Amino acid sequence: MVKNKTLGYRLFLAFDYLILTVFSVLCLLPVLHVAFASFSDPAWVMSKSGLILMPHGFNIDGYKQIFTNRSLMGSYGNTILYVFSSTAIGLLVTVLGAYPLAKKEVLFSNVLMLFISFTMLFNGGMIAFYIVVKNIGLLDTRWAVILPTCVSAFNLILVRTAMSTVPPALEESAMLDGAGPVRIMFQIVLPLIKATIATVILYYAVAHWNEWFNASIFLKDRSKFPLQLILQEILIANDNASNATQSGQLSGNADLYKQLMKYCTIMVATVPVLCFYPFIMKYFEKGVMIGSIKG
Amino acid sequence: MRKFTWAAIKKDLRKHWALYLMAVPLIAFFVVFAYMPMGGLLMAFENYKPNKGFFGSQFVGFQNFLDFFGSPFAYRTIRNTLVISLLQLVIEFPLTIIFALLINELALGKFRKTVQMLTYMPYFISMVVMAGIIVDFVKSTGVIGQFVGLFTGTPTNLLGDPKYWRPLYIGTNLWQGLGFGSIIYVAALSGIDPTLYEAAEIDGATRWKQTIHVTLPGISTTIIIMLILRIGSIMAVGQEKTILLYNPQVYETADIIASFIYRKGLLEFNYGYSTAVSLFNSVINFVLLVTTNQLSKKFSEASLF
Repeated sequence: MVKNKTLGYRLFLAFDYLILTVFSVLCLLPVLHVAFASFSDPAWVMSKSGLILMPHGFNIDGYKQIFTNRSLMGSYGNTILYVFSSTAIGLLVTVLGAYPLAKKEVLFSNVLMLFISFTMLFNGGMIAFYIVVKNIGLLDTRWAVILPTCVSAFNLILVRTAMSTVPPALEESAMLDGAGPVRIMFQIVLPLIKATIATVILYYAVAHWNEWFNASIFLKDRSKFPLQLILQEILIANDNASNATQSGQLSGNADLYKQLMKYCTIMVATVPVLCFYPFIMKYFEKGVMIGSIKG
Repeated sequence: MRKFTWAAIKKDLRKHWALYLMAVPLIAFFVVFAYMPMGGLLMAFENYKPNKGFFGSQFVGFQNFLDFFGSPFAYRTIRNTLVISLLQLVIEFPLTIIFALLINELALGKFRKTVQMLTYMPYFISMVVMAGIIVDFVKSTGVIGQFVGLFTGTPTNLLGDPKYWRPLYIGTNLWQGLGFGSIIYVAALSGIDPTLYEAAEIDGATRWKQTIHVTLPGISTTIIIMLILRIGSIMAVGQEKTILLYNPQVYETADIIASFIYRKGLLEFNYGYSTAVSLFNSVINFVLLVTTNQLSKKFSEASLF
């Protein structure tokens, strides 16, 4: 990039590499700490106060506990169900709705866009949102987790922007052949904006996987809890509330195992996302770029 | 210009009915989950009782607002919200840009890829797991708890002491969001025309001068737009992290407007009162966002809408 590298610039570059290396390592260390601790001897982990940079012993008791823990495994299943259904419904509603909004010749397209964009600037707040979900009878049903957040105005704008770049001539020829708008959208427009659709699917899926707050206010029935809500009990509320699933059988070493369980649950909840995020990063970057063009 | 005459509307509906039909689920979604809650803001002026509904509950005018501003909670929650927000604005906001600039100086290659990959990672850790890791690290026997203990003499649980709340909140935000937040600036930086750098170099500009005169102006629109968003949401600190981590011992510095609304409304069922606080908060945010946007439009031509 720069040919005449001055001494000052070289010093700066050395500093640049150093600081970025340090921050990268800082990002990695807590994750490694948790990973190593989850496989280590729990008594050793308890006695150790610093960062764990190497596992001590090899111990999979914590994982055995987790995979036989019915509420945790059940919540894992719930989360998979919620992520799939919410993403599928949200995506369908988003692409169906974005298509007419991307068409200039539709008289009300701008009015409707304004109607949706306004919700990004002003909202009713969490209490009114809760009361509405309650009044329409979704409270404590699986729909309360799936429906209320399945569409995001931001993702809608991403899809609409991408659709408006598709040349109308491509659609016109299909229209002359007698294809309806739904068919044209699915068969002609969507294949042309695959990358944007992938981005939007990932935005939706990651958000639903991590979703915790709405589930915590809408659900009472433990059998419907998503993973994150059970995690909250194990990781945070555990110290105050007694966790029925662990006490009893582990009375003597209860504390040790509780700690080990925490590390193992973090791993089980996080590893799936961490395994595939490097492959989807480019889609996230793309999404940010489209988003920034449109604002 | 579009004409919304009856004849035009009729013709449009006849021609585009199928397209409008496609938008029905989307419109229904926003009506139910965005506009109905806005209508629910009516509760702010009522002593809302769920069994009496929106129209049967007693109307109390501005009583809920007066109750809030007359209580000591108003000062505490507004102050804490503003302090956290301002810290984000003066610490996180510039550091994210600096981080992007540092990445931009690296040659494209393995090292740069690795740095980006590793620093994006914390963003994908869910808030609950993040909070779990924080709880574990800052307890008296945890890594950070012990580290701070070296300076204070006695390691304590940092989440039990109000003076550590803000540094912890901002520090962990940086850990989780710095890398991911920089993406938008890195993208903007890669869009700067390379011939500008070449020209600057021919003129003898040092790399530092190039940064000031080429790089920063090149991403100024992005910076301004992000700044508008940041300032427009200055009263909108999210509640999730706070609710997961705080406890009555640290309410003095930790309790923000959003967590207060959550406690009053969803834990104590004081719907009217908490909706009033929520409405106050939303209105301030809306006004801030629109005002900063207008100001920016006037002075820099960059605007959100």
